[in-house]
Amino acid sequence: MSRKLKELIIKSILLFCALSSLLFLGGIVIVLFTQGLPILKYVGIGEFLFGTHWYPTHEYAEFGILPMIYGSLIITLGALIFAAPLGILSALYIAEVAPFWLKEIMKPIVELLACIPSVIYGLFGVLLIAPIVQKLFNLPIGLTAFSAAIILGIMVLPTVTSIVEDALSSIPKEYKEAAFAVGATKWETMTKITLPAAASGISTALILGIGRAIGETMAILMVAGGSARIVFSFLKPVRAMTSTIASEMAETVMGSEHYYALFGIAIVLFIMTLCFNFIADRISYQFHKKFTATR
Amino acid sequence: MVKVANINPPKIIPALLDTTSKCDKNNTRLKIEKLNVSFGKNHVLKDVTFNIKCNSITAIIGPSGCGKSTFIRCLNRMNDIIPSARITGKIILDDINIYDPNYEPYELRKKVGMVFQKPNPFPKSIIENLAFGLRLHGIKNKREIEKRVVSAIKSAALWDEVKNRLHDSAFSLSGGQQQRLCIARALAIEPEVILFDEPCSALDPISTAKIEDLMINLKQRYTIIIVTHNLQQAARISDYTGFLYLGKLVEFGETTKLFTAPKEKLTENYITGRFG
Repeated sequence: MSRKLKELIIKSILLFCALSSLLFLGGIVIVLFTQGLPILKYVGIGEFLFGTHWYPTHEYAEFGILPMIYGSLIITLGALIFAAPLGILSALYIAEVAPFWLKEIMKPIVELLACIPSVIYGLFGVLLIAPIVQKLFNLPIGLTAFSAAIILGIMVLPTVTSIVEDALSSIPKEYKEAAFAVGATKWETMTKITLPAAASGISTALILGIGRAIGETMAILMVAGGSARIVFSFLKPVRAMTSTIASEMAETVMGSEHYYALFGIAIVLFIMTLCFNFIADRISYQFHKKFTATR
Repeated sequence: MVKVANINPPKIIPALLDTTSKCDKNNTRLKIEKLNVSFGKNHVLKDVTFNIKCNSITAIIGPSGCGKSTFIRCLNRMNDIIPSARITGKIILDDINIYDPNYEPYELRKKVGMVFQKPNPFPKSIIENLAFGLRLHGIKNKREIEKRVVSAIKSAALWDEVKNRLHDSAFSLSGGQQQRLCIARALAIEPEVILFDEPCSALDPISTAKIEDLMINLKQRYTIIIVTHNLQQAARISDYTGFLYLGKLVEFGETTKLFTAPKEKLTENYITGRFG
């Protein structure tokens, strides 16, 4: 076999491997849309997205998914409010303050938190967080949006912490030295130089955290309570898009309205995560452009 | 020395002039007494003792690894950042030992500015690069900041090149311009002493010449200490030279004497290129 041919074969194999991701993505999109779009034959798009009643098995079935969109967003928002400050500040400690030996212990611990299966987080939430929330706010039931947000916050925490930590550690030490040299304290250097310089990494971390939170299924299914009604309270049960799909898919008949509706929810979820990823990409690109290229 | 025609003489601002007033009667700015530095078990500087004169350029020369950078980083306590550093001895500036435990390093760094080997502007606009230091030291008035920024950039011979784009990113400047911006950043906080840690090693010859001219101009107002591996540079611009070898100050004296009639054999071997 000539060397040239060998080159060509290797190149093709590599190309095929690289294209496989694209193939899988394409497959997922096709499945989602062929199985989800037919729901629009039964309900209008406005009624589907903004309808507030989800009665998929009634005689006069209604398929409004707004309660689930609301549930997903409120839990995600809560998780972010919990995880963003905690994650950024702990990353700051690990990257900038901790002595070397402590850093070496803390980093793996944070990363370990990311390896725990989400069903275990769910158990933890049901057994520990929910009763505490119930007692704390004197509620009839502890499985609420608030409990779910906390559990989700803990789950997102390692993502946020380790990406922010990476972003902070990749800031050249020359910037810090320059700040010290003009008389900045350690704190001033962190807040005015290191953190702003890592801003794109921090935004990326938060948005990836959102992406992770909005897609989380199991723990939310266990902890959020599962009421498909819109209640504008943090302390009432809610239901997320993901857990609705997961819990109802087994009960549906393939090709039924309910079945199409669940795939419709999946499409909405898919588009939302796609948007978050796109935004994260734009932000990091903007920062990159601002500080590296000429003008 | 390469002469570059278009360098403006710095416009001297009266407020900056009185930095000379703090010199003592012997015209000494810094007294270094028995300075010892070690990193872990590595003893980098050994009993370094000498005085640095006001309004002069003092060059520190020596082969790689002799402790030049460690030495200059002692003068603004930059080695404090390294956890394993152990520093003994005294460095006296304005009658105070800067290694006194009660002396705050950020107060010191207001008096002793520094320019690093690689140009390291902040990832901010040109004007913000200078304003940052001013705000740290309590100057909040926008007019005052602007005034000081402009005068520092003029002093660093950079004004004509950046006056129309003060709000652009500092990274849009060339390497030599960035280094002059770093000098301007050091000047903006009006220090008494400016440390240059191999400031031209990352620059081309023309940028190097500009910075050398600038340093010669700046010594009217500041005490300048430069670490360099470039012997010609030391000979061109400095008034005094110290030769460091294996952590010891082998010889210190007027540059012309040290380069023409060194007292020590080791110095002679080094400056004639027999090692190093």
